[in-house]
Amino acid sequence: MTALPTRKLEAWRYTELKSLAAISFAEPKPAKISAPLPDLGLPRIVFVNGSFNAALSNAPDFVGPFAKVLDDSALPLVQINAANAQDGITIDIPAGIDAGAIMLISYANAAEPIAFHPRHRIVLGTNATLTIIEVALGQGVYWHNPVTDITLQEGATLGHYRLQDESAEAFHLATIRADIAEKAAYESFSLVVGGKLSRAEFHTNLNGPNASTHLNAAQLLRGRQHADFTSVVGHKAPNCASRQTVKSVLFDHARGVFQGRIEVAQIAQKTDGYQMNQALLLSPHAEIDIKPELEIFADDVKCSHGATIGALDPEQIFYLRSRGIPEDQARAMLIRAFLTEALEPVTHEAARTFLEDAIETWWARK
Amino acid sequence: MAAVTETLETVDALAAQKYKYGFETNIAMDEFPKGLNENIVKLISAKKNEPEWLLAWRLKAYALWRSMEEPDWARIKHPPIDYENLYYYAAPSGPEPKSLDEVDPELIKMYDKLGIPLNERAALAGVDSPNVAVDAVFDSVSVATTFRETLSKAGVIFCPISEAVREHPDLVKEYLGSVVSIGDNYFSALNSAVFSDGSFVYIPKGVRCPMELSTYFRINARNTGQFERTLIIAAEGASVSYLEGCTAPMRDENQLHAAVVELVALDDAKIKYSTVQNWYPGDAEGKGGIYNFVTKRGNCKGKNSKISWTQVETGSAITWKYPSCILKGDNSVGEFYSVALTHNYQQADTGTKMIHIGKNTTSTIISKGISAGHSNNTYRGLVKILPGASGARNFTQCDSLLIGDQCGAHTVPYIESRNMSAKVEHEATTSKIAEDQLFYCRSRGLSEEDAVGLIVNGFCKDVLKELPMEFAVEAQKLLAVSLEGSVG
Repeated sequence: MTALPTRKLEAWRYTELKSLAAISFAEPKPAKISAPLPDLGLPRIVFVNGSFNAALSNAPDFVGPFAKVLDDSALPLVQINAANAQDGITIDIPAGIDAGAIMLISYANAAEPIAFHPRHRIVLGTNATLTIIEVALGQGVYWHNPVTDITLQEGATLGHYRLQDESAEAFHLATIRADIAEKAAYESFSLVVGGKLSRAEFHTNLNGPNASTHLNAAQLLRGRQHADFTSVVGHKAPNCASRQTVKSVLFDHARGVFQGRIEVAQIAQKTDGYQMNQALLLSPHAEIDIKPELEIFADDVKCSHGATIGALDPEQIFYLRSRGIPEDQARAMLIRAFLTEALEPVTHEAARTFLEDAIETWWARK
Repeated sequence: MAAVTETLETVDALAAQKYKYGFETNIAMDEFPKGLNENIVKLISAKKNEPEWLLAWRLKAYALWRSMEEPDWARIKHPPIDYENLYYYAAPSGPEPKSLDEVDPELIKMYDKLGIPLNERAALAGVDSPNVAVDAVFDSVSVATTFRETLSKAGVIFCPISEAVREHPDLVKEYLGSVVSIGDNYFSALNSAVFSDGSFVYIPKGVRCPMELSTYFRINARNTGQFERTLIIAAEGASVSYLEGCTAPMRDENQLHAAVVELVALDDAKIKYSTVQNWYPGDAEGKGGIYNFVTKRGNCKGKNSKISWTQVETGSAITWKYPSCILKGDNSVGEFYSVALTHNYQQADTGTKMIHIGKNTTSTIISKGISAGHSNNTYRGLVKILPGASGARNFTQCDSLLIGDQCGAHTVPYIESRNMSAKVEHEATTSKIAEDQLFYCRSRGLSEEDAVGLIVNGFCKDVLKELPMEFAVEAQKLLAVSLEGSVG
């Protein structure tokens, strides 16, 4: 098996996988569901311990079974996935179809440490649209290593909203690769509240003129949680736009990581690239590491990134308190306001309510 | 045929004009044999009559260097450097000059040509001559240091480092390698093993240095590496402004420059270090030029101390340089102001590190990168806030300007914060020269080249205003000259 990446690799300098490497994982076994799964009244595809569960799912016609593919990726986690993938879905939306919204749920119930490596493929034909609400949750010690490959043909639009609410002992290392054609749009938002150690790694290529993408995220962490958001956006055609707003809220000993790279090829004139990462450190022991990177080979571009790190502004808290709002509530209000910008690409109403509820639940958990 | 010759001559003349410091000076030189081994290290040490401890230090560095590998993380490409094909020591032959009068007149002439006044009287007589003391380093040795008496009256020590080793061994022993350890990186290890000369500055307690200090570095000999070492110490409450300038002849081969600069600021001390780096950048096809691998670091050791780096980097085929500040003392301040301009096939990978250790430490980073031609220009920086750095503040702004579509501009900042009361702000932009700005200048009768020069100067204003006046004027001219041929 391909070795796990170490911190010697520049792409992994802020995320240490030794605690993952120390565990020996067993083959996943079928398991019972011991908690209610989210239900938004949408078609639902459910995986339990990495395997498709037909009984719990009501998949629409366009969802096909797993098909093993050859993968020559240089990314170590994708190699591990390719060698071990046993299940996943294939979604194929024909040209011109608005396929509505679906839920993709991964549930794990690990009595002993297990690892699973699902592989999903999503293809949207010309001008097709789809919204996917993806939820990962579970119990026990497990390693969830999904790879999702997305192809958007001309004018297609995919809304991809992810809630990572894995067990507090889980490892979640997701890789999402998207190829975006002319005028197509990949709109994504990830909400990270779970997992002991997690990473979402996006590789997005804007391959045709006027393609666009949002890669937004909010990482809300407590205890000793570690979450890493890594993205590489390749601008490979003129007039494309990419937007990234990543917010981290860090309590206790939590550690947040953002690494984002915008690569602008020589042909990609009139590129509009933007990255904003902001972190709230809410404990003396929290840590944030940020590496926003611009790599630009075209001259007529507008690329920028910004980063701010700090605590909640005491003046803002004072303002709210002086209007009779208790301190705890004032802090909650400010944190919610802080997160709003990141949620911007979530235009699907039910998805938005679902994610906002997840933020509320997280806040109430403390 | 005549026309061809004439064209060639014109081109040559033009090329020479662009890099006006490209001449060679013919002077009798002492050189050690090519290549690097323990014997060369011992020879350098013996030539300088160094004490045992320094030889041992050098040999340790040499052994360490042998065990290390050349770093490969920077965005630069070059054929492998053949360390065995370099001369590690070159100096004008004959006995060491005791005073300015004994310095070879050829050398004085060369420095005059470069606009560096080694003649104290001339400098004093001229109304607009800057009040600057100069240490002139020619290949491996310091050939002259001016205004030493004036300075010594104030208690300031300003001399070649080889002399400081003999005259002020305790100070050198205490501080040499205290900021940049010998094993810090590949090039600092190499420098520690073979450094030949450089400047030493000590500003005693409470003294404000009465004039600007300056070192002028000149590479002249062929196939020679220059490995100078600069050490500046500002004791409690002292302050000093230090300028560094560099040039080299135009040659087809690449020459190596691997310097180490260490700054130490004790309580309430201030050091301002300004560089105009104009090593030969290579020709329009990317042939020749200096490989500039430099380690510069300042330690704000004392409380309320301040170290400020200002650099204008227009020269060198390769620039690999990260002037940094360790903000150890409470309330200490680090600053980095940088303009890096690359043209033709130049490659620059430069930036800074601000390490916040003490409470209420603040740092400011302003970096302006300009890429033209086929060049690549990278800003690489680290802002690190350690858990103890309560109340720390950082503000960073990195802007890149692209001129032409064959060049690259890259920004690689690292930000690591482990203190909730620290505030870090970072902004970076990349853009090209705005059409409307160009149009505005052109409609007022400026040529396109002048318009670009004007806009670039405006783009760099925040950095240029940090330079001492006489340097700022030179830097502005240098930017314009370095951009010649980048438009149209």
